[in-house]
Amino acid sequence: MFNGQCSMSMKRQLLVAALENGTVIDHIPCDKVFQVINLLHLDQNDHDAITIGLNLESERIGLKGIIKVANRFFTDEELNQLSVITPNVSLAIIRGYEVVEKKDVCMPPTLSGIICCPNPKCICNNEPMRTLFHAVPGTDHLTCHYCGTTVRQRDVTLC
Amino acid sequence: MENRSLVTIADHSREKIMYLIRMGQQFEQHPNRLLLQGKVVATLFFEPSTRTRLSFETAANRLGARVIGFADPKVTSGTKGETLKDTIMMVSNYADIIVMRHYLEGAARYASEIAPVPIINAGDGANQHPSQTMLDLYTIYQTQGTLDNLNIFLVGDLKYGRTVHSLLMAMRHFNPTFHFIAPDELAMPDSYKAYCKEHNIQYVEHKKFDADIISEADILYMTRVQRERFTDLMEYERVKDRYLLKLPMLAKARENMKILHPLPRVNEIEYSIDDDPHAYYFQQARNGLFARQALICDALGITLEQVQNDTTII
Repeated sequence: MFNGQCSMSMKRQLLVAALENGTVIDHIPCDKVFQVINLLHLDQNDHDAITIGLNLESERIGLKGIIKVANRFFTDEELNQLSVITPNVSLAIIRGYEVVEKKDVCMPPTLSGIICCPNPKCICNNEPMRTLFHAVPGTDHLTCHYCGTTVRQRDVTLC
Repeated sequence: MENRSLVTIADHSREKIMYLIRMGQQFEQHPNRLLLQGKVVATLFFEPSTRTRLSFETAANRLGARVIGFADPKVTSGTKGETLKDTIMMVSNYADIIVMRHYLEGAARYASEIAPVPIINAGDGANQHPSQTMLDLYTIYQTQGTLDNLNIFLVGDLKYGRTVHSLLMAMRHFNPTFHFIAPDELAMPDSYKAYCKEHNIQYVEHKKFDADIISEADILYMTRVQRERFTDLMEYERVKDRYLLKLPMLAKARENMKILHPLPRVNEIEYSIDDDPHAYYFQQARNGLFARQALICDALGITLEQVQNDTTII
C-alpha cells in the first residue's frame, strides 16, 4: 500500500514536473493543445524549456492537456487570446517553485490577427492584412470589424 | 485627425441624418455651385455601377470639383496584382476625397482606416451602400414631411438586398413599423429581425400582396430579385415573379403613399404605374444627386452653415 502510494506520487511528479519560474497553462482540452501552442507562438520559442502534457487525467474535464513554459510570463493580453479556444483554461504563475498567482482568461473586447473571417468575400481574406473581430457583449459571438459577419466562439478558425 | 469617411449609415445618429437631409435640401434648391472648386474627387469603381458612379460624378461636377478615376476595374493595376491598400495610398496623393465601390465586403471600412483622405463607400459587395440609404431617407422625408412613425413596406428580395437592410438600420431612430413581403427563399434574414427586436423596431411579415395590404402603407419600397445572387437559376425562376406590383393594387392606397425603388427595375413594377401619382422612383433617383452632394461636402468638412451662406451659387 505504502509502495503503491509512493509510486503513484512519483508518477504524478513525473507527469507534472516542478517548474522553478514560469507559467503553467492547465486544463486545456486535448484537441486544443496545439492551437494554444500556435496562438502563443511557443513553436517559435527556441530557448525556454517547454513541457507539453497530453491525455492526462483530470477530475474537471476528463482528459486534459497541460503546457509549462519556463521563465516566461505572458501579458494578460496574450493570455486572454486563449479564451477564444479554451475559455476554461487555468493559469498559474510560478516563482521559486511556488504558485504566486492564479488567473482565468476572459474574452478581450477585440481580437486582432487571431481568427479568420468565415466570409470568403471579406476584404480581410483578400488583402495582406490582419483580421479584427469584436466580442459581442453578453454572447459567445464575435463580429468581423470589416464585413460584419458574426461567428460563434466555438466555430472559429485560427489564422 | 478626425476620420470623416462614410462607411455605413449605421454610424449616423438621428441628428446627423437630419443634418444631411437639410444640407441636401440646400443643394436641391441650388445644385450648381463652385463650392468644390479646386478640389479633386476620385471615383474608384472596382465593380461596375453606372448609375451610382454617374450620380456621384454629377454631384462633384455640379459643385465645381474635378473628377478622376476609373469605371472599369480591368484597367486598374489590381489586375496586375496590386493590393487595395497600394491603390488607395497612390490615389490619396492625387485626390481630396475618394468615392469607392468594391466587390469585397468591408473594403470601404479598410480603405477608410488606411487612407489619409476621406472615403465614401459607394457600395462594398453585399455589405453597405450608405449613399443609397441617404437618398432613400431624403426621399421619404421629402414625400412624407417626416421620418417619424411611418409604415414602410419592403417588398421583393429582402435577403440579399442591401438597400433594405441599410434602410432598416438607418430608420431605427424614427420609430417606424416595417412590413416585410418576400418569398420564403428571399425572406428578411433572422439577423436583421434580431436587429429590429434589439432596437425596438416593430415589424410584420405578410404573405399576401394586394390592395388591402398596400392600403396601410406610407412607403412601398419595391426591390428587384437579383438574378446574379442565385447560383441555382431554377430557384430564381421560381421566385422572380412572386410579388409584382400592378396598377389595380393601388386602388386603396393612401394619398401620401409613395412607391420607391432603388432601380434598376425589371418587371416588379408594372410600367403603367409610372404615370400614377404614387410612383416616385425616378424622383428618388434624382434625389441621389442632392444626397450625394451633401455627403461629399460633409466628408470634406464643409458645414451646413457654409452651404447656407455659400456665395458660389451659379
